[in-house]
Order: sequence, then structure tokens, then C-alpha cells
Amino acid sequence: MIAFTAFRSILQKDVNTYYLKPPNISWGIIFPLSWTLMQYIRSQGSLEIIELLPGLMAMSVLFGTTSMLAVTITFERRSRSFDRLLLAPISLSTLILAKLAGAVVFGMVNAFIPVVFAAFLAELGGINWAAVTIAVFLIAATSALMGLLIAVSAREVFEAQTFSNFFRFPMLFLCGLFIPLESLPRFLRPLAFCLPLTYGTDVLNGAIGNHSLFTANFNFLMMLLLGALLFYLCLCSIKRKWIL
Amino acid sequence: MEIISVRNLKKVYENIVAVDDISFCVEEGEVFGLLGPNGAGKTSTINMLTGLARPTGGKITIAGIDAIKNIKKVQGIIGVVPDENNLYDEMNGFDNLCFCGSLYGMSGEEREKKAAELLEQFNLTAAGQRPFRTYSKGMKRKLTIAAGIMHNPRMLFLDEPTTGIDVESARKIRELILNLKKQGKTILLTTHYIEEAERICDRIAIIVNGKIVKTGTVAELMASVKAEYKLKLVLGSSIVEIKAELEEKFPCCRVEIPDKNTCLLIAGERINLSPVFQLLDRKGIPVYEAKEIQPSFEDVFVKITGLARSLK
Ligand SMILES: Nc1ncnc2c1ncn2[C@@H]1O[C@H](COP(=O)(O)OP(=O)(O)OP(=O)(O)O)[C@@H](O)[C@H]1O
Ligand SMILES: [Mg+2]
Repeated sequence: MIAFTAFRSILQKDVNTYYLKPPNISWGIIFPLSWTLMQYIRSQGSLEIIELLPGLMAMSVLFGTTSMLAVTITFERRSRSFDRLLLAPISLSTLILAKLAGAVVFGMVNAFIPVVFAAFLAELGGINWAAVTIAVFLIAATSALMGLLIAVSAREVFEAQTFSNFFRFPMLFLCGLFIPLESLPRFLRPLAFCLPLTYGTDVLNGAIGNHSLFTANFNFLMMLLLGALLFYLCLCSIKRKWIL
Repeated sequence: MEIISVRNLKKVYENIVAVDDISFCVEEGEVFGLLGPNGAGKTSTINMLTGLARPTGGKITIAGIDAIKNIKKVQGIIGVVPDENNLYDEMNGFDNLCFCGSLYGMSGEEREKKAAELLEQFNLTAAGQRPFRTYSKGMKRKLTIAAGIMHNPRMLFLDEPTTGIDVESARKIRELILNLKKQGKTILLTTHYIEEAERICDRIAIIVNGKIVKTGTVAELMASVKAEYKLKLVLGSSIVEIKAELEEKFPCCRVEIPDKNTCLLIAGERINLSPVFQLLDRKGIPVYEAKEIQPSFEDVFVKITGLARSLK
């Protein structure tokens, strides 16, 4: 019961104090708009919105969740308010899940903003929304966990930002969004298959564009496994680094 | 009844020994003070007791629970007021308190009621709707203490509760601590204010360089140091000229002349005044006042910690 009350309260506080702040909301709108516009100009008008959608959704989630969680946690650690959470009689797992939940919700909302825009411009009837929603949820969860892993290593907010870019950009190029996995150099391919985003992108490609490498269930399973691994790593490194 | 027991507690950060094999116990319902200079290891000790730091060695038992193995169970019955005011800047006072209450499982109604009560008690009702970042230092301190007792803990750990705030607010906070004691709470506080420890602590452990050098009530600590007897004489004229003669006639006394008409006689045992008065009378120096000066707790503290330093 304590865990539930605390969980809800941490989630609510994070949403109110961080995620609902105007700069974060505007980011969710400006990013997909400008990306679409850029692609539109590049393609000289012959653009299929549907083709852009998986990439846009994946990027919105990835950018939204990794840095947000890393930055907010580093910020709370700096101001020592994070100690309050460590002093509360709730398990470390509950605490981590509550922190993740805020970022995941934020990421998912971000992911569906491009969908809302796309709905005005294209026919979205043939999309498997159940698969898309699960994929977006899992991409958000694994990206948030990655953000947390970054937060554990960062001391300053700017470090957290730098570290998250260090991971995000290579991930984007390795996950099959812009460069198909088949065209990646052979030595990079194993790396691509270690990234949860690769499987998430594959689900989105399958559900929206009807071309995927693996079955959706296999992709979900891989994301769950990688997510569990990340969660475990976060738990261990928090215990080691935050409880001095 | 012993509620906190610390045995051979040790904390080493990389190569700094912050807490070096300390042992003490706190009785239920008492105010226990850890008194020591900067860097003595007070915060490190509190952090280990409350679960913010992992001991390098030793044993901590709180309310019968092994606090190293079962810290989450302990955290439910303790309140912690850290040395820094670490509430959320963006949130207002009221919401900050409610949030802290929720971390201990308080229901919405319960925490709103308690938060309003505490704001009232701390004279912060008017500021309750303002963001924490707009508070003055004293207001921040008060709200941080309120946050520590929001969930009505059995024990309260206060790290430097009055550092950096004005005399009046500090006095209020001390009153509050004594009120909490009256309600039966056990309080462990750290301070480097000797006077504060003397005024509000039932027992004090003096900590220096990570080691507890003495523990006891103020009276016990005072008695533990063999004090000097000091006698202050206020005279009608200067005795600079007869200082040497005084010292020669009373070899057990040291004579100090802090200003022209005052003289301090310091000795290892009580001083018999009649021969002193007779001598002064013969020299024609009137004596207006004679007063024995008790050693202060501060003198005792300096003596105890000075001793510890020279031992190291
Ligand atoms: N996280 C840390 N890493 C390394 N050393 C530390 C750490 N925290 C404390 N120390 C060291 O441990 C020693 C004790 O510090 P501590 O903060 O416990 O002292 P304190 O008695 O609370 O001092 P103050 O009155 O200044 O608050 C100091 O030498 C300090 O430098
Ligand atoms: Mg300290």
C-alpha cells in the first residue's frame, strides 16, 4: 500500500514538475513538424507520410525519454532532493519504476503526436495499432532505462545530456531506421541486434509499413529481455553508486 | 529502553576514514547529541543510520531491527532532516509536505490535514502556496524540519538543525525539538554549537576525527574534566606592581590581569581568600568584588577535543 501511494505520488509529481512544462511540450510538437518539413523539402514534394511515420515515432520516443529521465534525475541528485526518495520506506525497484513511469508516459505521448498530424494528411486505416502501442511502450521503457543508466554515471546535468547523445545518435543509425540492417557493415550488425530500438523499429516498420525482419512477438520478447537486463544493471549500479 | 544501538561503526570513503569504530546507544525518548567540529564524521554517521550510506563495518540496531540488513523497515519509523534543505524548489510548501507524506503511505486526506497543521505550527501558512525556492533560509529550514515529521515518526534524525539561521528562528527550532521530546519522540541530532548541545541534549557524544572521545550528560562531561578553579577580583586600583609578589606568596596560583582593575587567580584547587585579602589590604588596594568562575561547558569541550587532537 505504501509502495502504491508513493509510486503514484512520484509519478504525479514528475509529470507536473517536469513533463508538463511548456518547453517539453513544445519539443514534442516542434520536433516532428520540423523533421517532416525537412523530409518533405528533400523529397521535392513526393513524400509518403506513412513511410516517415515509424522513424518519427521512434525518434520522438527515444529523444523524449532518454534525456528527460537522465536530466531530471541528475538534477534531483544535485539538489539532494533525490535523497528524500532514497530515505522513503519503499524498495529501490518501486522507486525506479515510478521514475521510469513518468518518462514512459511522456515518451508515449510524444510518439503519438506525429500520428495526430499524420492523421490529417494520410490514410492510417491499415495500421496495426495494438502492435504499434506495445512497441512504443517498450521503446519508451527501454530508452528510459538507458537514460537511467546514464543518470547513474553522470554527476552534472550537462554530463547527463552529453552522455545521452553519445548513445542516442549511434543507436539511431544502427537500429535500421535510416540504414536498413542488411546494408550495415558486417561487423556492426551484432551491435545492432543488441539494441532494443532495433526490435522496436522492426515492429513499427511491420505494423505501419508492412516490411519487417522478425515477427512482432519475437521483437517484443527481445525488448522485454533487454529491458529486464537494463533494469537489473540500473538496480546494481544505483546500489553501488548512490548509496555511498 | 535502548532504541538505537551502534556498535563499532566504521565508514571509509576511498582512503578517508570518516567514522572510526564508534559505539553509542540512544535511550527511547531522549535527545541525544553528536557534537563535534567540521569534518568530525557527524553527517556520515547519520547517513549510515538512515540508509543513505553503507557502513564499512559495524552493527546498527534501531528499534530492535538490524538497520544494515533491513533499512527499509527502519525507514518507515524514522524521520530525517538532512543538513541541506532539500525539498523541491518548484513545488510550493504545502505540496512539498504532502509529497513527503505520500512517500510514507499517508492517504490524501491525512496528509493534507497534517500539512496544514504543520504549516500553521511553523508560521508558514501564508507562505504555503509559494514555491519553495522563494523561501528565506530560515523558512526553508523550518519546512525541511516539518517535512521530516510529516509522517509522525517515532524517531527523528536532525543534521545541524539550526546552522545558518538567525537566533530567533534557532530558538524556535530548539523549542520545537523539546516539544517533540515531550511527545515521547527519540531525537538524535548533530551540531557544532556547544551551547545548543548543552541546552537541549539529555546526553552528548563528543566526536572528533571520526572517533567518539566522550559520552555522557552535560554534568558528567563537565565532571570528567578536572577543572581549574578561577577567582575573579575586582579591585579599587591596579595591582600590576604587586603581581610578582602575589605569585611569590601564593605559588599554587597563577595570576592574570585581563584589565587594569581586574585580576584572575587560577589554581588547581580551591583558593583560600583570607591571606590574599590581607596582602591586598596591607598594600592599600580595596577589593570590591570576588567571584568564583565556574568552567563553562565550552571550556570542557575545548579541553576534551583538544586532548583528543593531541592524542592523534
Ligand atoms: N562522499 C564522500 N566522499 C569522500 N569523503 C567524504 C564523503 N563524505 C564525507 N567525507 C569525508 O568524511 C569526513 C567526515 O565528513 P562528515 O560530512 O561526516 O563530517 P561532519 O561532522 O558532518 O562535518 P560538518 O560539520 O562540516 O558537516 C570528512 O573528512 C569528509 O571530507
Ligand atoms: Mg555534516
